[in-house]
Amino acid sequence: MIFLRRQLPLLITMITGLVFAGQYYVPHPASEQVLTSATKWMQIIGGFALVLGVTSLFHVHAAKIRRKEAGWGYSVVLYAGMLGTIAVGFWANGKESVEGVSTAFGWVYNFMMVPLQGTMFAILAFFIASAAYRSFRARSREAAVLLIAAVIVMMGRVPLGEYLIPMSGDLSQWILNVLNASVRRAILIGVSLGTVALSLKIIFGVERSYLGGGKE
Amino acid sequence: MATGLTLCILSFLYKDNPLFKLAEHLYVGVSVGYTIVKAYDTVLVHLIFKPIVENGEWVLLVPVTIGSLMLTRYVPKASWLSRYAFAFIVGVGSGLAIPRTISSFILKQIEDTVRPLLMLAPGGDVTFTWDLHNPASSLNVIIILIGVTSVLFYFFFSVEHTGPGRVVARTGVMFLMISFGAAFGYTVMARMSLLIGRLTDLIEFSDASYGRPTVWLALVTIGTLIFLSRRTQGEPPDQH
Repeated sequence: MIFLRRQLPLLITMITGLVFAGQYYVPHPASEQVLTSATKWMQIIGGFALVLGVTSLFHVHAAKIRRKEAGWGYSVVLYAGMLGTIAVGFWANGKESVEGVSTAFGWVYNFMMVPLQGTMFAILAFFIASAAYRSFRARSREAAVLLIAAVIVMMGRVPLGEYLIPMSGDLSQWILNVLNASVRRAILIGVSLGTVALSLKIIFGVERSYLGGGKE
Repeated sequence: MATGLTLCILSFLYKDNPLFKLAEHLYVGVSVGYTIVKAYDTVLVHLIFKPIVENGEWVLLVPVTIGSLMLTRYVPKASWLSRYAFAFIVGVGSGLAIPRTISSFILKQIEDTVRPLLMLAPGGDVTFTWDLHNPASSLNVIIILIGVTSVLFYFFFSVEHTGPGRVVARTGVMFLMISFGAAFGYTVMARMSLLIGRLTDLIEFSDASYGRPTVWLALVTIGTLIFLSRRTQGEPPDQH
């Protein structure tokens, strides 16, 4: 039984890992077909993973409503929003518009989801600015450099900033394209080395945490 | 609807209040509903049902079976079966990641970092370009090389950062600070752009041709906030 519960999953990981790592080096139509199919398979399996996540959300809010916990009314709103969207979505066959005419599902997307999402992210501007005001005091050389870079980039992105500091547009572009790009590149190289190391550890069974705990 | 929901979210700038919480939960609900419908349409209809029924691609029952194994998480005695699904996903993901990461994110990035310092000018002469506007100029190539090397060295902890190493690490820190500042400034301006978009909508819907919903809903929102504020003043403090 330990073979089925512990060793077989590790064997599946190893075989699939080695096969798809090797696939990259086989420039044959059959190899390309394997990659296309695997991508489709991953999308299908990912769909089931969504079921896991959504069910978890269902449970959390259903429990809140059942126990009438503080703020349970908001959970009802969440359920209503979700079930309403699902109902109109299925009614419209998942399409936002048909022959250029917006469906009810499209209306939910354009007049509920987009404004809610946009405003939710927009108010973060205020909190970022307020946090920056409290923490961005030039207490050290590093903090001063960070502050100056942030101000130059902010000034360089708006016409008023360029009007007040004429060089800010070019300077902002230079910071983003050269200084920022070099740091991003270094971080990318570091992260990639970590990704390769982790992938090798997973394939060869050194890293097993993805299998979860519990009994063997 | 769009105006009312926008105002409900913006009311959070005053303080956390029931109108904001209502809009927040509605946002989560609508987003999850939207994702479910899209997943149903993309995965169930277009990737599973149609290929099997119309093209007879019965092999697709294999990923369906593997995916179904994930749901055994809800049956404690059979939950170990879900390991097969995770093993497959993690195995394929790891296998795909190794060669592609090495090629695109390591070798390609190093190739773009280590570039010739001198350029061929018309007439066969070699020249050193000082133009800061051009990211590929010789001066910028040197700056990028110094930036990448010093930042990588800063994160390399196998060598103690003393002596010349300290200077290199300090240079890396400066590059990092500039990058964090730039990322911060860029993010703030992106959020500002979203805010301008929402405010443009509010201004548009304050027009008489729409019945001035912005004005009326703003009044309702402010009135509700005043009512809720007065009501909570009389209540005992929250025990939670």
